[in-house]
Amino acid sequence: MLLYLENEDLGYQGDIVLHNISLSVSDGERVAFVGKSGAGKSTLLSVLQSRFPNDIALIPQDTGLVRALSLFHNVYMGRLHQNSTFYNLLNLVWPQKPEVEEIGALTTKLGLEGKLFERTGELSGGQQQRTAVCRAIYQGGSAVLGDEPVSAVDNRQAVQILEALNERFDTILLAMHDVDLALRFSDRIIGIQDGKIALDQPATDLQRHDLDFLYIE
Amino acid sequence: MSSDVIVETQSKPRYSQAVRTSFWFVIVALVCLLFSDISITTQDPWTELKRMGWGIITPNFLDYRTILEALVQTIAFALVGVALGAGGGFILAQFFHIGIVRWACAFVRAIHEIFWALIFLQMLGLTPLTGLLAIGIPYAGICAKVYAETLEEADLRAEKAVPGGSGLLSTFFYARLPEVWAHIVHYTSYRFECGLRSSAVLGFIGMPTLGFHLESAFGEGNYSDAAALLIAFYILIVTLRFWMRGRLLWLYLLAAPLFLTGGSEIKLTNIVRFLTSDIVPAPLRIGDFSGFVDWIVSMFQTQVLPGVFATVILTQIALVMTAFLALVLFPLISEKFFGQFGRSIGHVFLVIVRSTPEFILAYIFLQLWGPSMLPAIVALSLHNGAIIGHLMGRYSNEILLRPDHGKGLNLYGYEIVPRIYGQFLAFLFYRWEVIMRETAILGILGIATLGFFVDSAIADIRLDRAMFLIFITAILNIGIDIISRKLRARLRINQTVEAV
Repeated sequence: MLLYLENEDLGYQGDIVLHNISLSVSDGERVAFVGKSGAGKSTLLSVLQSRFPNDIALIPQDTGLVRALSLFHNVYMGRLHQNSTFYNLLNLVWPQKPEVEEIGALTTKLGLEGKLFERTGELSGGQQQRTAVCRAIYQGGSAVLGDEPVSAVDNRQAVQILEALNERFDTILLAMHDVDLALRFSDRIIGIQDGKIALDQPATDLQRHDLDFLYIE
Repeated sequence: MSSDVIVETQSKPRYSQAVRTSFWFVIVALVCLLFSDISITTQDPWTELKRMGWGIITPNFLDYRTILEALVQTIAFALVGVALGAGGGFILAQFFHIGIVRWACAFVRAIHEIFWALIFLQMLGLTPLTGLLAIGIPYAGICAKVYAETLEEADLRAEKAVPGGSGLLSTFFYARLPEVWAHIVHYTSYRFECGLRSSAVLGFIGMPTLGFHLESAFGEGNYSDAAALLIAFYILIVTLRFWMRGRLLWLYLLAAPLFLTGGSEIKLTNIVRFLTSDIVPAPLRIGDFSGFVDWIVSMFQTQVLPGVFATVILTQIALVMTAFLALVLFPLISEKFFGQFGRSIGHVFLVIVRSTPEFILAYIFLQLWGPSMLPAIVALSLHNGAIIGHLMGRYSNEILLRPDHGKGLNLYGYEIVPRIYGQFLAFLFYRWEVIMRETAILGILGIATLGFFVDSAIADIRLDRAMFLIFITAILNIGIDIISRKLRARLRINQTVEAV
């Protein structure tokens, strides 16, 4: 068991957003969290993140990029913990060849070719989001946790990103607003509504219209 | 309570806290004016003014070697001094959460560069190191504070996405520093411009920078030479962004030390004597503790109190005059009031006035009018008024007005000033401490503020007294800084002001 919550009230800074949550996630599960914006997906994800061991790769909703640094350096940051501080600083002022090659290949695969040494602050919203995805993939590990990782890209790129994540990680926890993509790329759907878990079923048992009730105003 | 009373209280005009605060500052300044000493003591100020005016329109660039030499020395001292200050400040900023570091920084930056120079002159003699430390030490205190605040305000979202266990240094250099690097560079280049002014002024106490040549030109009445030196200095400042480039900086920094040579030999015995004997209050040197009490009492009666009194009075008058001038000057460079042509004249005027260090302005006015508080007040308010006016003018350009807004004074009084008044007070209160620091130093020119007593004590080789007075000056500055911060917090105008 990777993660286990039982009857917990969750929130941050004293504000309880989610009530009476019971949830367990096992290794190798691919979970999609769906629901209206404001339902509590982000809160749940940030709590899950804090309960996870250190080595989970993150794709925060706000991307968490250092806008003043290049695409290359932002992606490299995924492995700061695996290299020595000396090597990290060397690579900061003088990008090292093996890293440039590996990161260059990865970013090209996700449609960011030719942008390797551009400041991420100057990239478009969709490119920034793909940068954050690249960083998570470069970091690797067994699990990834992403809050709306494909919200700013078109459908074709979204599929590309989700395929790349599936290829790299065993355990995947993603908040998604696109129900079709959620059904296609995950094993398990957790629907959040008004601060509660309103649905928790295997994706294969569900059709698109089974999730419609989550989005009713 | 009858309804009449309610109507009456509602119909009475109520002034905002900012306006009431300003009102009290004006009242205090008026009271200070009663105790001030303002007069023109020179025999014939008009003739001298005419000669200066003639000098300005006939600048003499023939002696270009001297001018070039003065500029190169000024740049070299500023470069290395600010590099020391910025480097030291950056390291200190990492420890700024420690109380003693914070206090030490507040203390060293409360002491003016010239006071530092006077101290190091006693220890190291007339050597380049004296000038470098005089700039480097207070700048380290200022930079430490600003860098620490900047790093603290950095966007932390990137840091949260860094994988756990990445190490402090790696996280700092990848996720924290790049976020604020542009701001740090911007602030440091502003500090370098200040450093050029500080470096120029250090010439007045013997460093081979601009002030040295300026003082001798003025002393000999060669106003054309003086004008050429000043014009060269303005050109240096205005073209700063063209020649101060990131990549060239390394070249400059490598070259600068080559120009910082000469001076007398540094003697260890002088340093030791200064630290262990000279600065110890005279009675304590012979173990006379009751004499020490008398020493302190007499210091307070004859020097500290009169010095502090004059410094505070002059500061308060200059502060209000600065405010007044800033309010008058800012429209000169505001798109809301003047067209391209008018604004460019305004810019030239403001650049000249704010690029001339207060000390040099005061020195010039002193030549004209003789010693009284007048030259100091005019110099301080012109320089600081131009700085704040410049910032307000830029700020006013950002205001979006409705299409049917008024014109002229209606525009000024109803649309622009009310919108920027909070910012204006913030600038002014940040500048308060700077004005006081500068007021104290102007004593060296013969105005009876604290610097006057410091200078006399040094002339009499009573360094114990000089150090005591410098210490009092620092405490006074820290006091003003605290009052200013409280006021800004109360008026809720405490936003960080970058380049003040």
